[in-house]
Amino acid sequence: MGLYVAVGMPVCVCGRRQSRKSHLGVPVRPADVARWDIEILADGTGLPPGEGTAAQGAPIYAAKCSVCHGDNGRGTAIWRSGAPAPPALVTDQKLKGMDASRASIANYWPYAPPLFDYIRRAMPWTEPRSLTDHEVYALTAYILAEGKVIDGGQVINAHTLPKVVMPNRDGFLPRFPELMPR
Amino acid sequence: MKERVAGRDSQSSADQVADNGLLHRRALVSKGLAVAGLVGAGLGPNSTGAAAEQLVEPPWGLQVGEDTPPYQTPSKFAKNIVRSLANPKFEPRSSLSRTPHHLLEGTRTPNGLHFTINHTGIPQIDPGQHRFLIHGLVKRPLIFTVDALLRYPMISRAAFVECGGNSAPLFSPTPIQADVQALHGLSSCAEWTGVPLPLLLEECGIDPRAKWFIAEGADGPHLMRSVPLAKGLDDAMIALYQNGEPLMPGNGFPMRLLLPGYEGNMNVKFLRRIKLVTGPAMSFWESQVYTEPMPRGKSYNFDFLNEVKSFITRPSPGRDLKQPGFYEISGIAYSGKGKITKVMVSADGGKSWGEAGLQEPVPSKAFTRFRMPWRWDGRPVILQSRAWDDHGSFQPTRAEFVAARGQLDTAPSVLAFKNHHCNVITSWAVDGHGKVTHAYA
Repeated sequence: MGLYVAVGMPVCVCGRRQSRKSHLGVPVRPADVARWDIEILADGTGLPPGEGTAAQGAPIYAAKCSVCHGDNGRGTAIWRSGAPAPPALVTDQKLKGMDASRASIANYWPYAPPLFDYIRRAMPWTEPRSLTDHEVYALTAYILAEGKVIDGGQVINAHTLPKVVMPNRDGFLPRFPELMPR
Repeated sequence: MKERVAGRDSQSSADQVADNGLLHRRALVSKGLAVAGLVGAGLGPNSTGAAAEQLVEPPWGLQVGEDTPPYQTPSKFAKNIVRSLANPKFEPRSSLSRTPHHLLEGTRTPNGLHFTINHTGIPQIDPGQHRFLIHGLVKRPLIFTVDALLRYPMISRAAFVECGGNSAPLFSPTPIQADVQALHGLSSCAEWTGVPLPLLLEECGIDPRAKWFIAEGADGPHLMRSVPLAKGLDDAMIALYQNGEPLMPGNGFPMRLLLPGYEGNMNVKFLRRIKLVTGPAMSFWESQVYTEPMPRGKSYNFDFLNEVKSFITRPSPGRDLKQPGFYEISGIAYSGKGKITKVMVSADGGKSWGEAGLQEPVPSKAFTRFRMPWRWDGRPVILQSRAWDDHGSFQPTRAEFVAARGQLDTAPSVLAFKNHHCNVITSWAVDGHGKVTHAYA
């Protein structure tokens, strides 16, 4: 701990002031980090070019997602057993009481852009980051349409996705308001 | 509620501090009183009633032992001390392993037994190719290699890491019959060594507009969480070592974010990127997984802290009592806010309480071992522990917890996470034969 306190502070060595700062990071340009710079914020900041519809998403979903998440996003037998499992993306259940397993994207998530974020960064399970941005937009549209959050024909892109109003937008309270940045 | 620390009454033996045989902790720690206290407690000569046996020279003293392996592993007689696996066939879903608290002692979880949750398997990361990037609202975006980080001044500290879903079976309306590993095994404690995050953030130069940072892993899901920048500038660390050796692969090798006291999932493993931003990302983990629907009305989100918790590890289910007489009650307490200040133990379901001894030193945001001498008279009892921290927080009783957070309508799978962040008091029932089961009281 003593060493840490001393870090960055000029210390006197043999009568001369000498910096002990350990600056070993290597500078980078934004273009160098573009492949990694993938987070989409709640307001849609970071959404890339491209677009898709539910109709375009349906065959991609059937081919790459349904094996874990079930037909039309309704979950699988593992999920219905109550054990930890790939979540059902679409349910007809309504939120009720404190049972979080009744939550789905449509009835729970406060913002729509994080759906694009998660599909792009993590899915499909066996091949993360293999989908094109067009495919991710199409899957986002498909899941939102299956959950009846958007019309089946709506085109989803960087302009329209942040405008999707999630029904449970105001359904949350921060557990520790005193720890939330102001 | 009766609460006696050093009292006695005419009905109980010297040193009894609460009903059903709880003894003053000096019976263990004070040499002078120990003799009188422990004889009274049934730990004196012949206390077990066993006949004297004639000692023999066992075979291992008559021959050469085994060769010394480069990396030693536990005795073959301790092979049962392992983690329990929630996805043993490695199906396409998250893999969880739980710490066997009932078979361990002290305050550090051995690295091979630290709990892990990995959502897309355990990445096999070549540290020579791993890169850690800090960018966003900084003056100088920088990349750090593992070799570079190893040259920085480091700190070591103990810290528990606990999944926000630990103890979720206690949301059940009836006590799920499972051991402490199944109920509370998603919590472990290690000594972590690494580079203080403030040092690296200062090197990058923080833009005053930054209020949060997102932290992202290099694993398949590229797991991302949003963290208040203030926590990053407080006690956050880029951890490289775990109990003195490089991080275990399942715990984030080659580096992880350590946010002492904060929800396990926020301590992003395989850390490859920190980006300073103005607001939270509301990632999948923040929009759905680590949120808590309440019995009525809204749901909690941003449930950063793991609040004060304790549980008895001995006796506990699977650690039954063989016969009446003296036992030490032993358990773990911790708080994400700071230090444990007090643990009270009850042997009568919460009617009377005695104060347990705390193993020194008591660290902040790390496991504290508590101990309580106890003389079991052979009758059914209900054991409980209740912890307090230095912020004045304390564990809720079951009635208090259910009133605030609710409970499920029906018992879930012991593996399910129907809600998160449960720190209710745990109760163990000991029947007249010494069998220990999970109970509500």
